[in-house]
Amino acid sequence: MALLAACSSTEAGEDGSSADATDGGSGDAPVTLTWWHNGVAGDTGENSLGDYWDTVAADYMADHPNVTIEIEQIQNEDLQRTRIPTALQSGDAPDLFQQWGGGEMAAQAEAGYLMDLSDVLADDIGRLGGGVAPWQVDGVTYGLPFQFAVEGIWYRPSLFEEAGITAEPTTMAELDDAVQKLKDAGIVPIAVGASDGWPAAHWWYNFALRSCSQDVVASAGTSLDFSDPCWLDAGTQLEDFLGTEPFQPQFTSTVAQTGATSSAGMVANGNAAMELMGQWNYFVYEGFTDGSDEAIAALHDDLDWFPMPATDGGAGDPSAAMGGGDGFSCYVDAPAECADFLAYIVSDDVQRGYAEAVGGLPVAPAASDAVTDPVLQEIAQTTSSAAYVQLWMDTLLGPNVGGAMNDGIVNIFNGTGDAQGVVDMMVAAAATS
Amino acid sequence: MTALEASGRSAAPAVDAEASAAGSRPVTPASEHTRRATARKWAEIALFVGPAMVLFLTFVVYPVVSAARFSLYKWNGVSQFSDAEFIGLENYARALFGGTDPATQQAFTTAYSQPFWEALSHNFAIIFLSMAVQLPIALAVALTLNRRFRGRAFTRVVIFAPYVLSEVIAGTMWLIIFDPNGIATQLMRGIGLDMPNGGWFEDPTWGFWTVFFIITWKYVGLAIILFLAGLSGVSEDLQEAAAIDGASWWQIQWRINIPLIGPTIRIWAFLSIIGSIQLFDMVWVLNRGGTAGQYSTIASYMMEIGFFRSDWGYGSAIAVIMFFLSFVIALAYMATILRRDNAHPRKAR
Repeated sequence: MALLAACSSTEAGEDGSSADATDGGSGDAPVTLTWWHNGVAGDTGENSLGDYWDTVAADYMADHPNVTIEIEQIQNEDLQRTRIPTALQSGDAPDLFQQWGGGEMAAQAEAGYLMDLSDVLADDIGRLGGGVAPWQVDGVTYGLPFQFAVEGIWYRPSLFEEAGITAEPTTMAELDDAVQKLKDAGIVPIAVGASDGWPAAHWWYNFALRSCSQDVVASAGTSLDFSDPCWLDAGTQLEDFLGTEPFQPQFTSTVAQTGATSSAGMVANGNAAMELMGQWNYFVYEGFTDGSDEAIAALHDDLDWFPMPATDGGAGDPSAAMGGGDGFSCYVDAPAECADFLAYIVSDDVQRGYAEAVGGLPVAPAASDAVTDPVLQEIAQTTSSAAYVQLWMDTLLGPNVGGAMNDGIVNIFNGTGDAQGVVDMMVAAAATS
Repeated sequence: MTALEASGRSAAPAVDAEASAAGSRPVTPASEHTRRATARKWAEIALFVGPAMVLFLTFVVYPVVSAARFSLYKWNGVSQFSDAEFIGLENYARALFGGTDPATQQAFTTAYSQPFWEALSHNFAIIFLSMAVQLPIALAVALTLNRRFRGRAFTRVVIFAPYVLSEVIAGTMWLIIFDPNGIATQLMRGIGLDMPNGGWFEDPTWGFWTVFFIITWKYVGLAIILFLAGLSGVSEDLQEAAAIDGASWWQIQWRINIPLIGPTIRIWAFLSIIGSIQLFDMVWVLNRGGTAGQYSTIASYMMEIGFFRSDWGYGSAIAVIMFFLSFVIALAYMATILRRDNAHPRKAR
């Protein structure tokens, strides 16, 4: 019996049940970990992330026969807005759960829901480096990211060529110029899924990132002080940019990802030249092909990426970038194995596997060699060479102020609000929290 | 006797009648008999009403009381409720007129009070438009279809189909139809017109009307079916008699059919009003009430601010306002317009 147990654990079998069978073999008491993540099947039924997490859990259980991991896959918004908040409230929370960092995590930490990982995972925090910062509050680490990347502008080189654009824009002036050339050539310059709100808001974030100094943005996350004129300036820059009519017609009725008429669909089908988005859109675009290797290769041949262009002036560093990622937190009452399993998830090997199996951008520096796609490599490169990476503004500010900000920005896109309105709504929301 | 008693209807007189008529059974003193009958009556009530009452208390009364309690606190839904700050009626004040604090009143009016009143005005606009648009359409269709013709059953099924469709499926279908590059746009372009500037749903002026069109499509079928059911109860003798007296088709509808289905119309109006106040699923599926609240309703506003903005105290206050509105309007409607319908059977007896 003991021999059997030793045998199956060294084999690192993928079958969870074989690990269960060896329970008595190890000296440790049996432990069950519940794990909630957002890796759900897409429209096609494919679920590379969920499948990968299944494998990771099975591998870990094989190595730790006393641990049973129960996984629940939950759609992202349900998970973030409903399931996790109510589970934390009820006191019956999952041991390990998705964590987006920023203001929402700070609120959870303040309420005492999260396990302090600073000491138990000190080595891993050091190994992962600066990418952990959004999962820290006042120097205390409450979660670890498995993925982190900056956003930038995706574009179709063939359409750039058609419009006579020879180089990737590096300044707003060059971007304006490219927009004009594309319009002259009868091509929709930029697609934006403003109907979903946040894709529109990200334009404002990037203007704010350039207008406001690093300190102003970072401290706003906790002080909720928006008196600096740079916040108003961000909206003014957005209004000016909207004045050049860079987006597709009826952009406020366009969603980001669903259907051929979504902003991603427009870019994937060659109906628009550019889109400001995170690295995940690479895979969203692939979803609009027929899924064959040739079709995906053809898309990759005509799809490229450049960082958000720099604006003139402003207190922010021109090479700063907006970014965000995904991580996990342990519930405060979770067994100690939770932290150990989290360390396993972000270990170099598992991070490499994540890059290979899911195509994500790992946080562990040692795993960066597993990213082989040139475009993803460029994004990883931009992430690491940025003067600083600012977490998505809505995540930073938390759902209340962040949500008010997004609503205010969408009002500008709708023509029902202005730059001052965004600041006013943020100030009002800050006064209620 | 058992059947009578088990029916639970006026158990005591039934037993008395039985007791006086019974010859074979020993006569029990009336007082003890009544007491036993009373106990039995209450046992029956507990048995039949109990489970429903437990469900009602757990899933209706308790949530309502909880929401009322949450609405008095500043609470983000994340922290422990015991740590939440008690702020009295401030959440209600924030929704209704921007709060009582002069320092934030201006900001709250723009950020909270205006969207609240806008959402509420949409609810009332839908109530008004339902009466002004859906009622005449449904009545006209019902009167037209109230005769025998080939394919009558099929026509009725088609008319009722939208109501049976789930809100999510119907909403998604209309999202596809009214997509900026969808069929509706192509049709409009075909006749030389264009869609609204901001698109069908998100245009600040037209968004509400697009959604009202969809709501009408979705719910007018219910009104038509209800009216047809009411019309089938109108005696044909009356219509024949009127026809013999020389009444035109129009006079028969106006003076006989419509007045006689009055109770049905009033019940439909009641359902429509309450449904309009609580309207949620369709506007939520379309795009959470619109990017800038173009077609928000008080329910979608509550959901948006409570769950998506994590402002649970304020969201609860909105929920209580909505509950209060539905409750008051329902009672008022019952007490005034429906009173004569309810009184009718008693008078007849």
